[in-house]
Amino acid sequence: MRARFRDLLAAEWIKLWSLRSTYGALALIAVSAVLFSARAALGDHHNWPDYPAERRASFDPIHDAFPEEGWLFVMLAAGAVGAVMIAGEYASGQIRSTFLAVPDRRAVVTAKVTVLAAVMLAVGAVAASASFWVSQTILADRDAGASIGDPGALRAVVASTLLLPVCALIGFGVGALVRHTAPAVVVTTTLLLLAPLAFDIDRRWSAAIHNALPVPAWERLVGNPYVLPNLHVATVPGSWAVYAVWPVAAALLAVVVVHRREP
Amino acid sequence: MIELRDLTKRYGGTTAVDRLTLTVRPGHVTGFLGPNGAGKSTTLRLVLGLHRPTGGTALVDGQPFAGRPRGLRYAGALLDAGDVHGGRSARAHLAALARSNGLPRARVGEVLDQVGLSEVAGRRIGGFSLGMRQRLGIAAALLGDPPVLMFDEPFNGLDPEGVRWVRGLFRRLAAEGRTVLVSSHLMGEMEQTADHLVVIGRGELLVDESLAAFAARTAHDRVVVRTPDPAALGAALAAAGGVVTRNDDGLTVTGLPAGRVGELAFRAGVVVYGLHADAASLEEAFMALTADRLDYAAGGR
Repeated sequence: MRARFRDLLAAEWIKLWSLRSTYGALALIAVSAVLFSARAALGDHHNWPDYPAERRASFDPIHDAFPEEGWLFVMLAAGAVGAVMIAGEYASGQIRSTFLAVPDRRAVVTAKVTVLAAVMLAVGAVAASASFWVSQTILADRDAGASIGDPGALRAVVASTLLLPVCALIGFGVGALVRHTAPAVVVTTTLLLLAPLAFDIDRRWSAAIHNALPVPAWERLVGNPYVLPNLHVATVPGSWAVYAVWPVAAALLAVVVVHRREP
Repeated sequence: MIELRDLTKRYGGTTAVDRLTLTVRPGHVTGFLGPNGAGKSTTLRLVLGLHRPTGGTALVDGQPFAGRPRGLRYAGALLDAGDVHGGRSARAHLAALARSNGLPRARVGEVLDQVGLSEVAGRRIGGFSLGMRQRLGIAAALLGDPPVLMFDEPFNGLDPEGVRWVRGLFRRLAAEGRTVLVSSHLMGEMEQTADHLVVIGRGELLVDESLAAFAARTAHDRVVVRTPDPAALGAALAAAGGVVTRNDDGLTVTGLPAGRVGELAFRAGVVVYGLHADAASLEEAFMALTADRLDYAAGGR
């Protein structure tokens, strides 16, 4: 009997969907994304008649699809799902049962990472598309909505879709390193949401580090007006690179530490 | 078959397992004994590849277990009944394990039946008692129908019926030609379960022999007699060469077989209420053997 990798994928799939917390976290992601987008769009829809001409001219409808404050929940929940997926196994001792069945630990981690990334990508696609569609439908009533063909619109939707697997894999890497559920979630949250605040975007090197963090990269890719006026704004290709490097580094870190450390 | 050769594990300055060389053979239930902290659990984890040895080798059916891509068909183990995620149902837990090894889904139902958990299979493991978790751990060990099975303290938390069932299961598994290694820190449990004994203390091998051989080399045939006239009987037994000590309701005699004691009592015309050879000496032998190798002795030496 050959050892098939797809059996490991199926096993991780069963494990993920046999926990209630998975459903709660994914529902929180989808619902909070759409609700906060609708809220932002409704606010602009309501205030639109009072906006002066120059404000209307510089209005960025895509920002209403992906408002930072609402998508904080998305990042937090996505990071937590990733962190819990591995740290929860260590904390409960389940990891030893897993390794008795599959001594090839690198294969176990690779399967986990694959399932996590695929599920989060699917949820991200639903959340980002729904947020874009709902917010732009609301704004269209004021002739202020964007269509997916507008400059930056598709990029914003794709970046917001990918934000979920990016945050989840970073959470996974932290979870593999910390191996306790609550600390892993706290460290992930700190890394994703608080670390960007520690850097002064008006200073060159400080801004460079800021721009190399995953959440500022997302902000750049969705073209939030909050980040655009600063002097050291990141490039779009640079931000895509940040998007690629973080999750890949986190996944590799997880493979290495899980393989090397004794459970 | 499990083969250990010079197996050694050090954590920092402490040696948990010290050059252990040992072969655990198929067809037997091998009791793996030692006081708390002797290195039993560490040894099992080394054999199963969860921990890496500092030195030496551990082979399961000729190969290091850690080198197997999938493990359930080669060895099954219950290390700690708590090694499960409490949020899952018993069925989902086993289904994921079975699937990871490409085992048919039907095996889950079979092992659940075998351990008697079919009726609670859909309930979350978090609500299980320790005894139920032990059964679930045994079910997981049996999933791949492996030739080698290891159980770490499997009797913990089991009710008397459960203990009897587990003993029967271990004997059946051994009779089928499997290698069955069962660890415990209580000799009494092993006496009725194992037919071969391995005893370690502070990580070193102390005993590796059959239960019968272990019993033979340590038993100093003791006979307990209950009598209303211990003085007369004691004198008669002492005259015949027995060493006699008095206790609450009779005498304890060493140096004379039970039959000879009864004969002497009859000749001396002493009434005897009860007479039996004392079989509780295995526990004492184990205690004597490991007394100087206790990590945590009561009474502060």
